[in-house]
Amino acid sequence: MEQVNSNFLNNDPLNISKYDTRGFFDEMFSEAGVARPGVEFLVDKLTALPVGELQRRQRAADHELLNMGITFNVYGHSAGTEKVWPFDLIPRVIQEEEWLHVERGLKQRIRALNMFIDDLYHDQKIIKDGVLPEYMIQSSKGFLKQIQGMKPPRGIWCHITGTDLVRAGDGQIYVLEDNLRCPSGVSYVIENREVMKRTFPQLFEGRNILPVETYPEQLLKMLQFVSPSSSNEPTVVVLTPGVHNSAYFEHCFLAQQMGVELVQGSDLLVKDSYVHMRTTRGLKRVDVIYRRIDDDFLDPDCLRPDSTLGVKGLMQVYRAGKVALVNAPGTGVADDKAIYAYVPKMIKYYLGEDMILPNVPTYMCADDSERSYVLENIDKLVIKPANESGGYGILLGPKATKEQLANYKELIKSNPRNYVAQPMLDLSTVPTLCGDSLEGRHVDLRPYILFGEDIYIVPGGLTRVALVKDSLIVNSSQGGGSKDTWVLRNESSGV
Amino acid sequence: MLSRVADSIFWMRRYIERAENVARFIDVTLNLTLGIGAGHYQQWEPLVYTTGDNELFHEHYDQVTQANVIRFLTFDERNPNSILSCLKMARENARVSREMLSSQMWEELNKFYLFVRDNRHDSTAVDSPFEFFGRIRQAGYLLEGVTYSTMSHGEAWNFGRLGALLERADKTSRILDVKYYLLLPDVSDVGTPIDISQWGMLLKSTSALEMYRRRHGRLSPKQVAAFMLLDRDFPRAIRFCVSRAEQSLLAITGGTTGNFSNKPEQYLGRLRAEFDFLHIDDVMDLGLHEFIDNFQVKLNLAGDAICETFFEVIPVSAS
Repeated sequence: MEQVNSNFLNNDPLNISKYDTRGFFDEMFSEAGVARPGVEFLVDKLTALPVGELQRRQRAADHELLNMGITFNVYGHSAGTEKVWPFDLIPRVIQEEEWLHVERGLKQRIRALNMFIDDLYHDQKIIKDGVLPEYMIQSSKGFLKQIQGMKPPRGIWCHITGTDLVRAGDGQIYVLEDNLRCPSGVSYVIENREVMKRTFPQLFEGRNILPVETYPEQLLKMLQFVSPSSSNEPTVVVLTPGVHNSAYFEHCFLAQQMGVELVQGSDLLVKDSYVHMRTTRGLKRVDVIYRRIDDDFLDPDCLRPDSTLGVKGLMQVYRAGKVALVNAPGTGVADDKAIYAYVPKMIKYYLGEDMILPNVPTYMCADDSERSYVLENIDKLVIKPANESGGYGILLGPKATKEQLANYKELIKSNPRNYVAQPMLDLSTVPTLCGDSLEGRHVDLRPYILFGEDIYIVPGGLTRVALVKDSLIVNSSQGGGSKDTWVLRNESSGV
Repeated sequence: MLSRVADSIFWMRRYIERAENVARFIDVTLNLTLGIGAGHYQQWEPLVYTTGDNELFHEHYDQVTQANVIRFLTFDERNPNSILSCLKMARENARVSREMLSSQMWEELNKFYLFVRDNRHDSTAVDSPFEFFGRIRQAGYLLEGVTYSTMSHGEAWNFGRLGALLERADKTSRILDVKYYLLLPDVSDVGTPIDISQWGMLLKSTSALEMYRRRHGRLSPKQVAAFMLLDRDFPRAIRFCVSRAEQSLLAITGGTTGNFSNKPEQYLGRLRAEFDFLHIDDVMDLGLHEFIDNFQVKLNLAGDAICETFFEVIPVSAS
C-alpha cells in the first residue's frame, strides 16, 4: 500500500498534538506532550489515521471480544452474569531495555518469596533471626499449620505469580502487591494480543514485539516439570470451582490452550493413595493439579469441612508426594499485604542482595507508632486490608467521606494486624480513546511469572486501565478495562 | 451419473476448498509476520513460492509486498488460483450441474462468490485482512455444512467430497511447508520462543492448535508434523483426508479396501495404506520437505487417475 502524506488526509482528528499529560507521568508522551523515544512510530501512525478510523477499529475490537465470549462474571450481580471486559485499542509500550530490568527485579523477588515460604514451613530462621516478628505469622490467614515440615515437589511453592506493578509520578516502577494465590487475568493478555492483531494489524508492521502467545506452552511445561510421577507424559488437570466463578472463562481458556482436562472437585476422587479422575474409560490417575480454588476448599477432610469444591483425602495424597498442587497449599501466607512490607528485608536476608524493584512505602498498622501516623493522616493515605484481593475493602483516603474515614479508623483499631497503609500514588497514564479524542487514563501492570525448571515471565503482562476519568481503581470488578502491552525490541526501531 | 456432471461437482468442491485454503495461507503468513520486526517484509515471498505461483506473480508485480501478495492471491483474475478465480470456476461448475445441487448450496456459493467479487476494488482485504479472510473461511464452513446436510450422500455427493478432500490434503501439506520456507529472524532462533510460537501459529491457521494440544500437549516441530500428516481424527490432517477420500471413491466404485480394480483405487489405496503405516520418524529421516514433495506427486497421480477414469471416458474403438 502506498504511503500517503497524512497531512492531506486529515488534521489530527484525535487531537494528539494537544494531548495533555495533566502533570502525570504518561507512558507515551513526555511532560511536553512529545512522543517518548521509541514510540514515535506509534504516535505518527495514530496521528495519520483518517477521521473515525480508530473509533471504527475500536468498535470492531469490541465486537470481536463479544463474539469470542471473553467475559467475566461479576459477583453481586445475578448468577451467571457475564460481562465483556472493556478493552482499549491503544497499546501500552515498554521498551525492551526497561523490561529486562523489571524482569530481573521480578525474578529476584520470586526467588526470595519462594525461599521465605519454604523457611516458614520448616525452620522459620527468618523469625529466629529477628527479621520478621513472630506475630506476623501467628496472625496470618494464609499460614497453613497442616503442611508444616512438608516439601512440595521440586521445592517450588509459588509456581504462578501475578505481581502488580505501578509507575508513580517520579517515573519509577514500584511493586504494589504480590498475588500468589490464584492470580487471574493472563487469558486476557493472550486474547488482547489476538484481538489487537485481528483488528489493527497495521500497528504491528515492521515492529519486533515479544510474543505472549507462548504462555500456555510455558505453563504446561512448568506443570509437567513439577509432576511427582516419573512418567514422560504426566496427567495435568485444571481444577475449577465451577461455572459461577468470576474467572471461569480463564479456567476454560487455559485448559483448552494446554489441551488438558478442566475438572471440578466432583470429577476427582482419591483411591489407592492416588488422585484419579472419572473418565468414560474408568479412573485415570492425575499427577498435577493446577487448582484455581483457595487452600481452604481443597480438602474437606483436612481444611474446611463444609467445602464441596475440593476433593476428600487430597491433602493426604499431596503429603505423600503423589500429586503436585499448583500453587502449593500454604503459599497464600506470602500473599498478605503486611508480609509484603517485609519483602525488601527478605531479599536481603535470603539472597544477600539489594532489592531491584522497590516496594511502595507501607505503614504497618500493627506497629504502634506507624498506626498512630496512619490514624492521624488517614485522609492522605490508601488503607488496604491485608488479606483481600480484587480491590475489595480498599479505602482511598483523599476521596473518602468523613464518615468512611471514621469507620476505617475503628476498623484499624479493632484489628490493626489486618490493615496496612500506603501513600496515594499518582499512577502513570496511557492515552486511551475517550469519545473522539485521546485522554490519559491511569494504568497498572501485572506480569505473570512461572516458576518451574527456570523462571519465565510473560513479556509485558496485563495492563489494567481505570477507564473513569481521574479514577485510580483498575480492577475488573470496579470499572477497569485493559490494554495490550507491548515489550518492544529496540533493534528494529530505526526501520 | 453423467461424467460431465461428476466432473463439475468434483471440481466445484475442489475449487471452493482451494479458495478457503488460500485464505488460510494468507492468515498464517499474517500471524507469523506480525510483530517480528522489519524482517516481515521478506516473509511474503515464501508464500507466493509455496502456492506454486511464483513466476506468474513476478510477471505481473514488481515488488513482493504484503498488499501485492494479498491482491494477487485474492482478487487477481490473471492468477487462476486466486480466491476470486477459484470461486468463479466453482460457480461455473455449479451452473452446469445445478440440477444436482440443493438450491441452498447454489445460493450460498453464489453469495460467497459475490462477496469476494464485490470487494475486489475495496481496500478491506488489505486493511482488515483478519476480518476479510475470516469471512472467507466462514463462507467455506457454511457451504460445507449446507452441502453435508442438504444434498443426498449419493454418487454426486461422493464425487464432491473426493474433490474437496484431495484438495485439502494437498493444501495442508503446503501449509506445513510454509514453515520450511519461512525465515526465522536469526538462525540461532531455532527452538526459541519465536520458533515455538511460529509452530503454534501454523496450527492455529489450520484451526488445529487446540486439537493438537489435546493430542500431543507441548509444541514440538516433529509432533506438529506428526499431527498434520498422520492424525486419524483431525479433519484437516492428511491421513484423515486421504482415508475419507478413499471411502468416497469406494462408495462410487462399489469396491472394497485392500484391493483394487482401477487406477484411482490403486493409487489412493496405496497412499492411504502408506499413511496408515507411516511413522513420523520415517518422515523425518527423509526430511519433511522432501516427504511433502513426494506426497504431492503421489496425490496428483491419484487425482489424474480419477479424472481419466471417470471424467474423460474415451469410447473403446473397435479395431
